Amino acid sequence: MNALQTVVRHRLFWPLVALLVLVVASALKSPTFLEITVRDGHLFGGPIDILRRSSVLLLVALGMTLVIATRGIDLSVGAVMAIAGAVALTQIAAAPDPGSLTTVVSAIGAALVIALLIGLFNGFLVAVVGIQPIIATLVLMTAGRGIAMLITGGNITTVTSQPFKTLASGYWLSLPVAALIAGAFFVATALVTRRTALGVLIESVGINPSASRLAGVRARTIIWTVYVVCALFACVAGFIRSADTMAADANNIGLFIELDAILAVVIGGTSLAGGKFSLTGTLVGTLVITTLTLSITILGIPANAVSLFKALVVIAVCLLQSPVVQHRMRARRRRTAPVPVEVPA
Amino acid sequence: MATDQLTHEVRGATATGGRTSRRWRLDDRYLPVLGTLVVLVAMLAIGGSRYENFLTGRVLANLLINNSFLVVLAVGMTFVILTGGIDLSVGAVVALSTCVSAWMLTHGWPAVVAIPAAVLVGTVIGLAVGVMVHVFEIQPFIATLAAMFLARGLCYLVAPESIPITDPTIVALARTRWGTEDGLVLTPSGLIALVVVAAAFVLLHYTRFGRTVYAIGGGEQSARLMGLPVARTKVLVYVISGTCAGLGGLLFSIFSRSGYALTGVGMELDAIAAVVIGGTLLTGGSGFVLGSVLGVLVLGLIQTAITFEGTLSSWWTKIVIGGLLLVFVVLQRLLALRRT
Repeated sequence: MNALQTVVRHRLFWPLVALLVLVVASALKSPTFLEITVRDGHLFGGPIDILRRSSVLLLVALGMTLVIATRGIDLSVGAVMAIAGAVALTQIAAAPDPGSLTTVVSAIGAALVIALLIGLFNGFLVAVVGIQPIIATLVLMTAGRGIAMLITGGNITTVTSQPFKTLASGYWLSLPVAALIAGAFFVATALVTRRTALGVLIESVGINPSASRLAGVRARTIIWTVYVVCALFACVAGFIRSADTMAADANNIGLFIELDAILAVVIGGTSLAGGKFSLTGTLVGTLVITTLTLSITILGIPANAVSLFKALVVIAVCLLQSPVVQHRMRARRRRTAPVPVEVPA
Repeated sequence: MATDQLTHEVRGATATGGRTSRRWRLDDRYLPVLGTLVVLVAMLAIGGSRYENFLTGRVLANLLINNSFLVVLAVGMTFVILTGGIDLSVGAVVALSTCVSAWMLTHGWPAVVAIPAAVLVGTVIGLAVGVMVHVFEIQPFIATLAAMFLARGLCYLVAPESIPITDPTIVALARTRWGTEDGLVLTPSGLIALVVVAAAFVLLHYTRFGRTVYAIGGGEQSARLMGLPVARTKVLVYVISGTCAGLGGLLFSIFSRSGYALTGVGMELDAIAAVVIGGTLLTGGSGFVLGSVLGVLVLGLIQTAITFEGTLSSWWTKIVIGGLLLVFVVLQRLLALRRT
């Protein structure tokens, strides 16, 4: 009984239930959903598809988790993705041999430098000037797409470049490259934040920046770092998304991904108030959102209704995690428990 | 906070310039709004000197008429932001409101029913958001984000495709123009926007409710300790914002004469940008509804100027708005630093 209670009370219980329900519903509707087949040495099937499609959102959500842990938010990630795609693809398109590996590497390098500058800019506004993160990043969210269009000249730049295309649709060790990239970033972030003191420092800045500064934590540097990391992760996500279509569509790459990423983080139990973060939670949240989108098509619900179901899931998970409901549920359990917990006077 | 005194001064400082000479020391509080006014006047002056026909009554009247829905949205958003919250759902609610009114009008409902229904849709969503924020303590960002997805999803259920509105009442509202042929004109939409601004002004600065809104933004805990009705007010600001979004949707359906699920994508950001450019702090407790109106006019004027320029591409609008936003938030921050 106690073990069950611990499980139910775990912060990831409801998100995991939601994920399970979605997978089971899809499997019931389409019995082949859970089958993994090997074709041309590559793995195919529903779960692999979920992993591949999750990669972009997971990358963005990872960076977002770190930013949110410092009590910040980054609305500019979608625009960063658009800029990354625009820079990389225009570079490749302008190069004499779009198919060569060096061209692709230098284009990716150029885009990463731009993303680094964007991250520095956001971090400067938040950490040094002291503007609220939501507004500081709103600046680039608005201007960023304009800048991306400026780079592409308002056109949708399309290129054919095999090495770049591999990022989205390639396979390595019979797994999708996109999922491997996202997985590698996930593991690296988890190791760096949880095997060193960095994670704790980020959390301490999120709880109280000035107190952490007084305690000797370089709050400013840490805030700056998380915005740079977030922009770089979004940049990589932008590569994968633009490699998917091989087109730099400044208007649509990463549109509304900031909202999905924030949702993934919140569903994963990281509070927007900062001071605590869970990368595993973010992974679960990302999988919930991707599976939701995928299962809606499988269940035969019109794709346009995705947002309605997203809203229902978000509202349900948030309500179940809300302090009022948690308190009520705990109070009810206490009443039915054989040995009542003593009530302080 | 004695807000009604403050607004008298703002009026004195902005509307009737002669009176300011009596008090040279201007409160720092009005500097952001004055900054917006200076930008607006400067843009008008530069536009007037660069292009012919820029400073005509027609252009200025169209500035208000074409942005009437945004004015209404920004007014509602001001209430929410003054309490320290944010409302991301307004763009989607605008779309839902246009879809609902278009659907009702094409399914034989009279305009007398459809028009209030379009506004009430916003009220209901605002109420739901308010309850989520206050009772369940979900952060406003997430609660209104959920409401945004909900409203967009409902749009597709109501109207999967664009529905044209041919109802005579709406058409009449869209065609009516008061005023001279070439000079200043006013449409019913413009009038509604002005009425909303006036009502919001009175509500914020001359009622207990308005003072509670400022008090919550200044410090929710203190407001509660002062015995102010925090719960009711917090729910009400979201109801007001939702209702304004519903009304904005109605104005937009008059403007576009159709109901479409993809209407108003990103409109919530325009509204937030207008409020911020208008000098309202996102932390709450400081700002004026008239500032937000100026913010909308600045945004509208950027659009107009880029149309007049002709050679500039549309994406410059976004870059200029972003740049302006940056300048304003940095200035506000510097002012805040000077005050402390």
